[in-house]
Amino acid sequence: MARIQIITIIVSLLFLFYIARLIIKGRLREEYSIVWCTCTCILVIFSFWRNGLAVMSKLFGVFEPPNLIFTACIFAILVYLLHLSVVASSLHKQNKQLAQDIALLKQEVKNLQHK
Amino acid sequence: MPALLSALATITLPRYYHSEIVVINDCSADNTRVIAEQYKATVLDLPINLGIGGAVQTGLLYALHNNFNIAIQIDGDGQHPPSELVKLINHYETTGANLIIGSRFIKKQGFQSSFFRRLGIKYFHWLNKVFTGQSIFDSTSGFRLFDKKAIGLAAAYYPDEYPEPESLVFFSKAGLTISETPVVMAKRNGGQSSIRNFASLYYCIKVTIAMFFSSIRKYS
Repeated sequence: MARIQIITIIVSLLFLFYIARLIIKGRLREEYSIVWCTCTCILVIFSFWRNGLAVMSKLFGVFEPPNLIFTACIFAILVYLLHLSVVASSLHKQNKQLAQDIALLKQEVKNLQHK
Repeated sequence: MPALLSALATITLPRYYHSEIVVINDCSADNTRVIAEQYKATVLDLPINLGIGGAVQTGLLYALHNNFNIAIQIDGDGQHPPSELVKLINHYETTGANLIIGSRFIKKQGFQSSFFRRLGIKYFHWLNKVFTGQSIFDSTSGFRLFDKKAIGLAAAYYPDEYPEPESLVFFSKAGLTISETPVVMAKRNGGQSSIRNFASLYYCIKVTIAMFFSSIRKYS
């Protein structure tokens, strides 16, 4: 096994371990961890399977195997960023509704106290 | 603020109206709450800064929960003289429209804003015509009267940033009747406009996009 394979396998496994730790400690929600776990698993697979990249490139009709990596990675990152923007938008909306409810409730509580 | 509130307190509404003044405090740094309470206004304190749209919606939510028949939005910086408020109510009674806008430009009286701002407002007038087919001259005016139907709709959906032109598209899509009445506005006597310099470019782009999507969105 080539040196680079061993390095990538170790790094990927460490990364997977770190994600698991974040989930256990409650700092990462499971639904967001799916993407990260999948990515790491793919990395591990390709670290073991050295010819995998060449096979995949041929399958997709890409001449230079590294180009496949860049295209796939950038696409995945873009999709994930969009997903995060959607999450941020919904948090924004929920935040607003909470703030409005708090303002109205505070006023109601004050009203009740004065009675 | 104090001048505005005292003027509001002394205003005489036609006949059967029972009024309540509600001040929305969107994380203001000054003593808004203390002043407002001196004038026996209801104060709604937002725990975090929501911006104009969220603040206006809070007021409308209050109106909805308390079963108000009409709600009038009025800026806190003195741009909208309370004496003009009666005009909105009168216009509401004669036309029965769901949304009444106090407009600076029908009679061209009072403070008319700067050249570039007027240019922008002309642009929105044109955009509104394109998207809604209605001709509203002062689509950025925040001096507005909402009837019960409009309150209900805006409480459910109201844009956050620069809500005025966009909400018009939404309201007319929802089938509300919108009507304008001439009012005299003053120059703001405190605070800064939320729309300045480069922000104005962003404002134009954001509102254009928002109006476009409002016009093609389906409201159920």
